[in-house]
Amino acid sequence: MSVKLTEEMLTALPDARGHFGAFGGRFVSETLMDSLMTLEREYLRLKNDPEFQATFDKDLADYVGRPSPLYFAERLTRETGGAQIWLKREDLNHTGAHKVNNTIGQALLASFLGKKRIIAETGAGQHGVATATVCARLGLECHVFMGADDVQRQSLNVYRMKLLGAQVHAVQSGSRTLKDAMNDAMRDWVTNVEDTFYIIGTVAGPHPYPLLVRDFQSVIGRETRRQSLEKTGKLPDALVACVGGGSNAIGMFYPFLTDESVQLYGVEAGGHGIETGEHAAPLCAGRPGVLHGNRTYLMEDDDGQIASTHSVSAGLDYPGVGPEHSWLKDIGRANYVSVTDEEALEAFRMLTLVEGIMPALESAHAVAYAVKLAATMDKDQMVVINISGRGDKDIHTVAQLDGIEL
Amino acid sequence: MSRIEGVLQTLKGQGRKALIPFITAGDPHPDETVGLMHTMVDAGVDIIELGVPFSDPMADGPVIQLACERALKYGTSLRRVLAMVSEFRKTNDTTPVVLMGYLNPVEAMGYEAFADAAVKAGVDGVLTVDLPPEEADDVAPMFAKRGLDPIFLLAPTTTDERIRAIADHSSGYVYYVSFNGVTGAAKINVDEVAAKVAHIHELTALPVGVGFGIRDAETAAAVGRVSDGVIVGSVLVDTIARNQTDIDALKRALTDLLNPMREALDSLAS
Repeated sequence: MSVKLTEEMLTALPDARGHFGAFGGRFVSETLMDSLMTLEREYLRLKNDPEFQATFDKDLADYVGRPSPLYFAERLTRETGGAQIWLKREDLNHTGAHKVNNTIGQALLASFLGKKRIIAETGAGQHGVATATVCARLGLECHVFMGADDVQRQSLNVYRMKLLGAQVHAVQSGSRTLKDAMNDAMRDWVTNVEDTFYIIGTVAGPHPYPLLVRDFQSVIGRETRRQSLEKTGKLPDALVACVGGGSNAIGMFYPFLTDESVQLYGVEAGGHGIETGEHAAPLCAGRPGVLHGNRTYLMEDDDGQIASTHSVSAGLDYPGVGPEHSWLKDIGRANYVSVTDEEALEAFRMLTLVEGIMPALESAHAVAYAVKLAATMDKDQMVVINISGRGDKDIHTVAQLDGIEL
Repeated sequence: MSRIEGVLQTLKGQGRKALIPFITAGDPHPDETVGLMHTMVDAGVDIIELGVPFSDPMADGPVIQLACERALKYGTSLRRVLAMVSEFRKTNDTTPVVLMGYLNPVEAMGYEAFADAAVKAGVDGVLTVDLPPEEADDVAPMFAKRGLDPIFLLAPTTTDERIRAIADHSSGYVYYVSFNGVTGAAKINVDEVAAKVAHIHELTALPVGVGFGIRDAETAAAVGRVSDGVIVGSVLVDTIARNQTDIDALKRALTDLLNPMREALDSLAS
């Protein structure tokens, strides 16, 4: 099923209770409801406030270094032998990933709300670093929750956060990855709700988070649209982005949703392969359920217990996904696919060798799929890959898989 | 009149307060839960809140998180919890049982299938902590129609407007969370609780149970003085954790915890 989306349909979503069709909503314990409603009210007011928007835009330009380039990967295109492959270089942002677009916006919101204490969850550590960065800049107290396993595999980012003045809390419960970090962040928030602002790093969580994170990240797609028209005189034929929670993907997709000619591909983490069950691909292989404040596709067992996930990439190792992606899947506007750890690692090496650009392992998933896709397309067509982050943080992981100790 | 309403009205007529224990079903082992429920009834409790274990108990502190892990290790599914209630009902048809947990296991089972099975098993009320009334427009009336009391939380941060709306969706009782935090934290302020519960009583005729932070006879009495019932969870679950290998010792320990609370609450009787 595919539905033609119009601007009117999009502005009506999410609805007043945060729903994207059957997905989204606000499923949290009562203690947090008042805070979420206040946040929603204030955000909807500030969204149209010229001073807020001007500050946000100025920070994106002068602090983050936007706009990020749209780069024609000429050699990769030649090697692939199909459609032109272009890269949206979010890896060139300050802190090395798209995450900072959102943390700038939310920290600004926190300041407007007068909250001095910031908490965040992180998987790969990119969102933790981006949060610690804006907190350092604004002089805010910062606590980052990170699964104990992720603390191990992303030690570089842990140290970066500490240098930036954040306290990193290693979460020992559950599967000791991103979902458990989010559980503990919620527990901290419910305890300190009066003075604490929770900067959620992805387009999941209770309303209004999926809305405001999408709005802050949409700068990616808006720039891509403009740059594409400037450089090629047309819109891309396909956009490819990796999907964990889905913030870089929704940021890329959203400004193109009404452009029917633009195909959208979200690439989930196939881990050891969908058939093995060891993956993190709820849109490809999960079903709808409720976790972390929203209804969305989840990886769960028959009894509704959340399943353990696996991905070589900590940032994609999450059993849920933003509710707007669930909606885009069900209406058929976006395609959700997966690539395995192995394919992603191969793409990491290829982009590094062929273009001299080392992508984050998360983004390497998008590269892996995009190369396959481009090969099936005509030479006059155009594919844009969102390179959501840079791969420096993953060098230890890759070296370890090569049996090299650094 | 539901079993919950009946019990609470009787207590009110006697000028007494409800003692409502919470344990996680399947902890320390699914075979022991029904026995523990009977032990608690023998110790004088009025209503039992039975926790349905969930892999991601976001509103709970470490004590109940670990209880969920123990219960899940033995495959304590929602269906298995319902079977425990059926078993309990074979010899007890007076003590109300409220299932308390998170939404996803219910969603996975299917709301109507769950409600039918719960009624059949002898469940009296359902409290899903991550289901606010805004998302319960269909579910709460469907539960109520079948005779399952939908029970919702109120918190220190709940506005008057929401207290009224939540009370409209509720039957049986409302559960007032005594402080901003997770279960098992020890930061209850009895004066603040008294003021808020008195205010809630002005806004709804439903009985108000207070939970979070009640750990002994003293805190039970202090909270019982200002509410219609006290809900005791983490201290019981912690006792289960510490006695998980010796069930007889565990039953004695639970009785030793609950007896003084019962006495302290009854000493308030007017």
